[in-house]
Amino acid sequence: MKRILDHYGESLRGDLAQIAKWVAPRARVLDLGCGDGTLLHWLAVQQSCETLGVEIADENVLACVKRGVNVIQADIDRGLAMFARDRFDAVVLSQALQATRETERVLREIGEIGRECLVSIPNFGHWSHVTSLLSGHMPVNKRLPYAWYDTPNFHFATAQDFEELLTRLGFDILDRAFLDDDQPIKFMPNLRSTLAVYRFQKRSP
Amino acid sequence: MAIAPPPLNSVGPIAPQTADFLEPLTLKSGQSFGPYQLVYETYGTLNRDRSNAVLICHALNASHHVAGSRPDDPRAIGWWDNMVGPGKPVDTRRFFVIGINNLGSCFGSTGPASLNPATGEPYGADFPVITVEDWVQAQARLADRLGIKQFAAVMGGSLGGMQAMQWSIAYPDRLRHAVVIASTARLSAQNIAFNEVARRAIVNDPEFHGGHYYAKNTVPKTGLSVARMIGHITYLSDDDMAEKFGRQLRGSDDYRFGFDAEFEIESYLRYQGEKFSTYFDANTYLLITRALDYFDPAKAFSGSLSEAFAGIHCSNLLISFTTDWRFPPERSREIVQALLAQRKSVTYAEIDAPHGHDAFLMNDPRYHHLVAAYFDRIGKECAV
Repeated sequence: MKRILDHYGESLRGDLAQIAKWVAPRARVLDLGCGDGTLLHWLAVQQSCETLGVEIADENVLACVKRGVNVIQADIDRGLAMFARDRFDAVVLSQALQATRETERVLREIGEIGRECLVSIPNFGHWSHVTSLLSGHMPVNKRLPYAWYDTPNFHFATAQDFEELLTRLGFDILDRAFLDDDQPIKFMPNLRSTLAVYRFQKRSP
Repeated sequence: MAIAPPPLNSVGPIAPQTADFLEPLTLKSGQSFGPYQLVYETYGTLNRDRSNAVLICHALNASHHVAGSRPDDPRAIGWWDNMVGPGKPVDTRRFFVIGINNLGSCFGSTGPASLNPATGEPYGADFPVITVEDWVQAQARLADRLGIKQFAAVMGGSLGGMQAMQWSIAYPDRLRHAVVIASTARLSAQNIAFNEVARRAIVNDPEFHGGHYYAKNTVPKTGLSVARMIGHITYLSDDDMAEKFGRQLRGSDDYRFGFDAEFEIESYLRYQGEKFSTYFDANTYLLITRALDYFDPAKAFSGSLSEAFAGIHCSNLLISFTTDWRFPPERSREIVQALLAQRKSVTYAEIDAPHGHDAFLMNDPRYHHLVAAYFDRIGKECAV
């Protein structure tokens, strides 16, 4: 996969690079759980996008401001009413969904405010997690670095579980990509990928 | 006598300047007012293309003396000296910062204690009711006088934040950023209620004399100090008061079964009230609390704040503090939501600070780092 470099010459994390490819130039983009603003900064500079991030952590809010990325400090679990009267071409949730409590509500809400939703999730179906479970332990590794009793993550799903939920919530999946170590995985992705990235939208009535 | 040099991060001793305006202002009430005088201070240097000016608007009990000290009093430190100065969040090595004293104040600009040219007596109760809109109009005239067509930013906390918002609405082309801290787009009924109690304390003081107490050579000290005590309670958080004072008694562990100031908090409030009543003007307190009550930019748009923001052009930074119950984060979120509904450029931070409404004046690293980062962005947009 062609590397996409950010403003500082660093390559964008694999799922962010995939999401960036799905965003049209000059699109209006909302990134929920935007971290330090890397993706939005890249989209603003490279694609002339109009961007807005949402973050809960003080240090990330500061990092966004330092990058010149507009950010709203808020907890996405407390609802997205603040954006209810707004419309975005794309709403991004990169590796943030598993840390939401009300995952289903968040998905419904992003379907309302975004024309398209671009979401990446850790794939709990990866073989290493499976072997870890078979050996009697919850997986703890570089991608899921938290012990079960001390983790920001509430919900884990396999790629397959996630697709079933999207279908049940009335979304059409427009595109999907599977990654491991930022490399695309084509063969047996549900077992071999650590990250799944989706582009979907609300099914038109 | 050797004079100690000012600390490196201070703008040092600053003398106020005055500007006289002969042409009357048409106030929001319809009344015409003038001539008048505005007092202001400036820090830093205006750059060649006059693009680095920052206007700081003050809140209820502050003035144009934002930063530095007084030439005659090194201990008279400006009210936002931790925010404005060389190397500070609003860095005076990059920005030309203006502090201005609003009309109706008691710190130098024309106010109720000034002489009314029509009578030769102090205005007193005859001073017109002034609104946030009127202040901003007067500030714009000072900007004209100083040759500043567009501010890099207009900034303020609390009532000062209302002025920054009003700038963005009234003069959309005259500022690139509005920095609105611990503020609200309209007072709640509870806010107005506190103001009203404060005003009743003042006007019911026998020394008030219908606002014409100057002629009687007296001041409604008691009423003004009670007003300040009420206000002060709303500036602090419950936790902050509990930590500073708790139920601590003064001098003794036992109750004295009377009504003197036995609790530390009572003594503190009385001290604050009395101190305030020696330097603040009661008529000014009435005027400024009324200006707070009346501010409601949505009113002219059938209550729609987002409609009020429809025509603004500036980018916006909003900051609230989690323990501020006077203007809580919810009030700032309403402003953010209204701006977003108009697709305006907004950044919003909610600072987890223990100090209540007063947090906007405190030294809090998260808060100051954020403002510094935002002003760094503003500075990069200014041609030097």
